[in-house]
Amino acid sequence: MAERMGFFTDTSICIGCKACEVACKEWNDVPDDGFVFRATSYDNTGSLGADTWRHVAFIEQRAPAGGDGGEGIDRWLMSSDVCKHCTHAACLDVCPTGALFRTEFGTVVVQADICNGCGYCVPACPYGVIDRRERDGRAWKCTMCYDRQLGGLEPACAKACPTDSIQFGPLDELRARAEERVTALHEAGRPEARLYGESPDDGVGGAGAFFLLLDDPEVYGLPPAPVVTTRDLPQMWRWAGGAALTLAGALALCFGVPSRRRG
Amino acid sequence: MTREQAMVPEAEFRSYYGQPVIKAPIWHEPHMPVYLYLGGLSGAASTMAAAALLSGHDRLGRTARVTAVLGAVAGAGCLVAELGRPERFFNMLRVFKPTSPMSMGSWTLAAHSALTSLALAPTITGALGSVAARSASRSAASRSAVSRRSTSGFATRVAVTPPAFAIRAAVTPPAFRPARGSRWSGGFHGALSGEGAVGALVAGLPVAGDAAVVVSALTGPLMATYTAVLLADTAVPAWHAAHRELPFLFAGSALASAGAAGMLGTPAAQAGPARATAVLGAAVETVAGAVLERRLGLVGEPYGEGRAGRLLRAARALTVGGGLLAAVAGRSRPLAAMSGLALTAGALCTRFGVLAAGRASAADPKYTVVPQRRLAEEPEETP
Repeated sequence: MAERMGFFTDTSICIGCKACEVACKEWNDVPDDGFVFRATSYDNTGSLGADTWRHVAFIEQRAPAGGDGGEGIDRWLMSSDVCKHCTHAACLDVCPTGALFRTEFGTVVVQADICNGCGYCVPACPYGVIDRRERDGRAWKCTMCYDRQLGGLEPACAKACPTDSIQFGPLDELRARAEERVTALHEAGRPEARLYGESPDDGVGGAGAFFLLLDDPEVYGLPPAPVVTTRDLPQMWRWAGGAALTLAGALALCFGVPSRRRG
Repeated sequence: MTREQAMVPEAEFRSYYGQPVIKAPIWHEPHMPVYLYLGGLSGAASTMAAAALLSGHDRLGRTARVTAVLGAVAGAGCLVAELGRPERFFNMLRVFKPTSPMSMGSWTLAAHSALTSLALAPTITGALGSVAARSASRSAASRSAVSRRSTSGFATRVAVTPPAFAIRAAVTPPAFRPARGSRWSGGFHGALSGEGAVGALVAGLPVAGDAAVVVSALTGPLMATYTAVLLADTAVPAWHAAHRELPFLFAGSALASAGAAGMLGTPAAQAGPARATAVLGAAVETVAGAVLERRLGLVGEPYGEGRAGRLLRAARALTVGGGLLAAVAGRSRPLAAMSGLALTAGALCTRFGVLAAGRASAADPKYTVVPQRRLAEEPEETP
């Protein structure tokens, strides 16, 4: 396997230009995701989905924690969200056809010629990333531009980002760079800066795409402490096994097996 | 942890414009909940058929076999229709993947459908046999004459070819059994004569069918409970947190469904064990549902609210009512029918209700954010 590649999205320098959203759609030929005025700041895309593989969140905060609570916009948060390409990926674990697979770059990709649209990956993802494209019937999500990577190019979103808020590279290097950046921000008087998804010890074994955030993850629509659902799968099967034995035992009891065998 | 969750004050949390964090299950109604019902029905019915075979409840066993195969085939149809690309159904059997409950379920369903279909064989040959036996007795011919008459053809050979009469005798009701002597002599004749290739194949069916029934007692309980793992193995808080109770809820519901089918499809005099199964299943389903809502606390709220709450309250009333009716029905045909219909409706309401609860749980970011926020702030807390 080649080196594990990833995204580090530094939201402290995101300017909300949505070049990543556009570049992703152009390169990957992603259909439109509806033209809806959502009245959620400058965000009319809403969330990640089958037709949105990069999503820029806009949060206009009037009275942030510790702020003066005055009129007007105190702070404007922007963040480009993307598939996390988890180390322990629930979508990949639960896919019954093998359509989802782990690439040589450590990313998680759907094979469109295999996916039969069962929809199981959709509620399995703890981040709400992957979704089924209803007019197409199959599940779609970010591939971290698998085709561009095979050709030695960086993904379209990272390429198009004008501020290098989206950085692409070997995951180990990105993690080291992110630590330095957080330290620098703390020293510059921004104690709210924190990394999200960088730790291999978290519930998904560390994300292949991680973030530097300036507020709690849930403010950006991210789960605060996601856990891959399959972590508990052995325990689930044990309870199901108990229930299955109960069912068989109940029937044996009701039929008096084997004491009432009739000639 | 459970205690704390049961006594939380109104949860305060932050979110992105109140939008859900996770995607709600996209599975459709009625396909998905109806499959959950049919899979459970088929699984419990096949296990019931095995119990009936081993205990000699022939008439009830036949109802159970028919129920099992109908449930499995109709359920598989629902699953295929549910896919975004139905023509790619067979991709389900492309890999064998223990980390995917849907993969395990697909293989279980495939094996279970085959077994329950094969299990019908003795019933079919038995029915053919009864026709042939009646025509044979009407013709009043001698045993050897019957077996040699070429015009009596296929059906007669089926009737008089008993390879494993001991098992078959347990399955075929006495009224349908031809005289044992005629089955012996005819069987040997049919199997030994050159025309007997089809006959020998048909002769093997009852044995294979009974063997299939016995093996389907292994796939059946899995069919009835794997769907609970299927739901629990998601990021949907109300499902994942309920991974202990859901299998018992579904197992109880499956027992009640199969008991109901047994009561509806079998004369009351021979449906005693089906009534007992219905009562026991209704009890298990009711207790599991009550425990689920009590233990889950905040995350379990969707089971009691909105559409899910209405469906699950209806399910409980129907299940308790149906179970009580089954307990007092005795030989009363109308009471048994009312009980069977109530339990079936209750089992369906349970499945629709659980799906609705999962959707509501995914749609409200509260159920995703609040428990995770607690976990993040008290990481050393052990459940």
